[in-house]
Amino acid sequence: MSTALTPDVEAAPVPPNAPSLDTPDVIRRQRLGLLLRSPSFVIGAVILIFWIVMAIAGPFIAPYGSNDTDLLNTLTPPSGDHWFGTDQYGRDVLSRVIVGSRDILIVAPLATLLGTIVGTFLGLLTGYARGLTDDVVSRIMEAFLALPLLIIAMLVITALGISNTTVIIVIGLSFGLVIARTVRAAVLSERDLDYVAAANLRGENPLYIMTVEILPNVLPPILVEATVRLGYAIFTVASLSFLGLGIQPPSSDWGLAISQNYGLIGGGYWWTVLFDALAIGSLVVGVNLAAEGIHGVVDA
Amino acid sequence: MGWSMPDATTLGTSAAAADALDVQDLDIAYRVRGRDRQVIRGVSFRIGRGETFGLVGESGCGKSTVALAVTRYLPSNGRVRAGAIRIAGEDALAMDAVALRRLRTRSISMVYQDPGRALNPSLRIGRQLAEVFEVAGVPAAERLDRAEAMLKRVRIVDAGRVMHRYPHELSGGMLQRVVIAMALAVDPTLLILDEPTTALDATVEAEVLDLIQQLRQEFGSSVLFIGHNLAVISRMCARVGVLYAGTLVEEGPTRQVFAAPRHPYTVGLLRCLPQAGLSKHETRLDTIPGFLPTSLAGLKGCVFADRCGLARDLCRQEEPPLIALPGGRFSRCHFHEEAPALPRATPPSPPKSTASRAALRPVLRAAEVSKTFGSALTPIRALHDISLELWPGETLGLVGESGSGKTTLAKLLLGLSAPDLNGVIELDGNKLAAAAVKRQPAELEALQIIFQNPDAALNRSQTIRRIMSRPMRKLGRYRGAALATKLTALMGHIRLAERYLPMRPRQLSGGLKQRVAIGRAFAGDPRVVVCDEPTSALDVSVQAAILNLLADLQAEQGVSYLFVSHDLRVVRYISDRIAVLYLGRLMEIGPAERVFGGPHHPYTESLLAAAAQTDSEGTRRLHGEIPSAMNPPSGCVFHTRCPRKIGAICETQEPALIQREGDHGIRCHLELDQMGRVAKAELEQL
Repeated sequence: MSTALTPDVEAAPVPPNAPSLDTPDVIRRQRLGLLLRSPSFVIGAVILIFWIVMAIAGPFIAPYGSNDTDLLNTLTPPSGDHWFGTDQYGRDVLSRVIVGSRDILIVAPLATLLGTIVGTFLGLLTGYARGLTDDVVSRIMEAFLALPLLIIAMLVITALGISNTTVIIVIGLSFGLVIARTVRAAVLSERDLDYVAAANLRGENPLYIMTVEILPNVLPPILVEATVRLGYAIFTVASLSFLGLGIQPPSSDWGLAISQNYGLIGGGYWWTVLFDALAIGSLVVGVNLAAEGIHGVVDA
Repeated sequence: MGWSMPDATTLGTSAAAADALDVQDLDIAYRVRGRDRQVIRGVSFRIGRGETFGLVGESGCGKSTVALAVTRYLPSNGRVRAGAIRIAGEDALAMDAVALRRLRTRSISMVYQDPGRALNPSLRIGRQLAEVFEVAGVPAAERLDRAEAMLKRVRIVDAGRVMHRYPHELSGGMLQRVVIAMALAVDPTLLILDEPTTALDATVEAEVLDLIQQLRQEFGSSVLFIGHNLAVISRMCARVGVLYAGTLVEEGPTRQVFAAPRHPYTVGLLRCLPQAGLSKHETRLDTIPGFLPTSLAGLKGCVFADRCGLARDLCRQEEPPLIALPGGRFSRCHFHEEAPALPRATPPSPPKSTASRAALRPVLRAAEVSKTFGSALTPIRALHDISLELWPGETLGLVGESGSGKTTLAKLLLGLSAPDLNGVIELDGNKLAAAAVKRQPAELEALQIIFQNPDAALNRSQTIRRIMSRPMRKLGRYRGAALATKLTALMGHIRLAERYLPMRPRQLSGGLKQRVAIGRAFAGDPRVVVCDEPTSALDVSVQAAILNLLADLQAEQGVSYLFVSHDLRVVRYISDRIAVLYLGRLMEIGPAERVFGGPHHPYTESLLAAAAQTDSEGTRRLHGEIPSAMNPPSGCVFHTRCPRKIGAICETQEPALIQREGDHGIRCHLELDQMGRVAKAELEQL
């Protein structure tokens, strides 16, 4: 076969693109349609919505109070009365798992939001300014990224004291550095386009060019990155709680519950740990499935 | 010309053989968002053995789709719904994977537009070329020798060294030769060339076309030549098919079709081209109104009826058949005998200029402007002491091969890039700051630009209204009702309906997008507009409309243009004066009719000869590549490629830009009467 014949995918013709009369609304609706036809998005969204409902209405759905102790029924295995069994204080595990979704679903999204804002700002700055600013800021960011997240978290949390706010700030800032790199790459390819030169030629200031001209065009990759980061954030929050540096008692948070009960596995009391672990896993998988679906549509 | 009937010896062996390509009633659709969108309907044509057939049409007409269908490379959402494709008598549509592989190995080869993407960047040329022979079953020991021999056949002088190069180390023209060598290596029955010279400079294009012409005769391959450039098609092809909206509207021998077209679309297309020697002061270009039909489904009558000045009720109700005409010609028009009488879509009278040309001083002046890239150790002088003036209401055309510094100069004037310290740029006699950010709002307003590619120039996330009104707010400080009035007036000036205001760029066609870009440049009442190849990304019919618009705006508002282009036809039409750049130096500058009429600088002469494509002996052809600006030749920088070099003086002493008769400066040691002249008859071809 002649190599010259190799299909050049880029050169393949796009179907004739006569002036399209699709309005932005129509395009948005088509994107939504594509999203709803993506199996991974639908499954992910169902899992997410389930946990969000639990986080909001948990106390009303749960069969028992999440902190109600029943010292006559400690460590009972799953049964008709207690589907997921009880823990060492006789608390109903099912109720604790349901109510335990609340803190992580507040902390992880807020941390991701903070990270996205910080990352977008840093990415716009380094990508648009280039040169010395980019070199200095990027090297500092890389220095931080070289340290393991958990070590930074431990240092900061020890210094600032343990609280949900500290967890949000630590995760948010460190994710911001990662997101900044994605944003920077997108901005670098945008800023050389002629519309940026046109803005310069009417005397727009850099802040206007970054936020009004460039930002809307780099939102799709930011959106994809943010959804992926949300999955990591959930995992990180759970890890920090497990280490005792995250969400604190009396919350029935999953990571915290695992850390309180994992010593009991040796005694055969697996139900005190398994259901919390499954909850974390399902939430992470749900977020990642939804992220994959969004990624597919944004890229299309 | 260049085409000859296959002689008796070749005919003797091939007369009995089937046609190289026989396409019958081809119907192709792409599946887009769950719906079939028809793109090719009822296309039939045949290419005999040794024949060269041209398929010409504007973007979106389906040229490349036909080529992909022939090679069975349609994208996964494309489907041949009906019709037949026979290659050397074999049914290409019925082939299984094995037969298809054999077909692509032995019978057809394809050359694409961009050679840089057709080659694997991480393999040396020799290795890539040897691969072709490997697939063809040539023993390993012979492959590299055969590869080198093939490079020699495509007239690569230094074949042995090129074998060891990577693609990025070669120029575009050289790469396209390599791709052609690969395509011809297996001696294919059918060679498909899809816009093979569109990405190349005119001088290189002329060389590559010559090469294809010679090789076609040597190899005896049949050629399907796809292109949008009518001049190239008419030079290369014996027969031509004109494709419009997926329909073959006219077919016949190229000379007859282009000399006396019998379909209104062909007539219109030819009229859109600027005529030789005519400028914007003498005539307006004709255009084809309207747009390609958005959907072919449910279209009852003739596909061209909506845009045709001759259309009647019959045309809208009944699709015309392909009518056979004398001389082996076909036209798909009910009223083909009236086609030459197609009424003009635009009046021929040029716009009346209101600008006063008796200005006292130039609006823009550049004095000894240079630009050096790179470090102090390895300076690259992209521009070298350029001095020029732009007068109110005039157009200065800027021409030269790629790498000559045209765009760099435009950027310096605009303040998008800073010149070296000694240069001066003045607006109305006042020195301008080097960087746009340091210029006054009034200065920014006065100097605007229209970019080559409207897709990159317009912010895709903004509406047309926002794109156009922002400069008015920012530069002109218009607000509220005054802004609305100004916007309405501007939309009128650029002939764009107000219904486009809420749309975003992607919803507009290329021509409409370029109108918006022009509108943005004119939003703040500019004095000078730099036009950086504003029509090179557009189709001929759209180009005509845009050039008319630019001429109209200039006549109405007295604005000056610096018009950068590599298309000499366009430059001749739109420019009052022309400046020729080579390796960052101004080689010639003067009134358009003098620069074109000659005597001209040997470089200008070569450019004109290459564009006219009449220089069959190649005496004035530019050979080789433009030298690197990092290490420019001594003396006159053009001496390494100059067809009229005098001798040692050219190598040692740089000539000055000497003012000759009639405000015509030429940087050359030759006396005026020793310089060449591209004859008027040759330029008629242009």
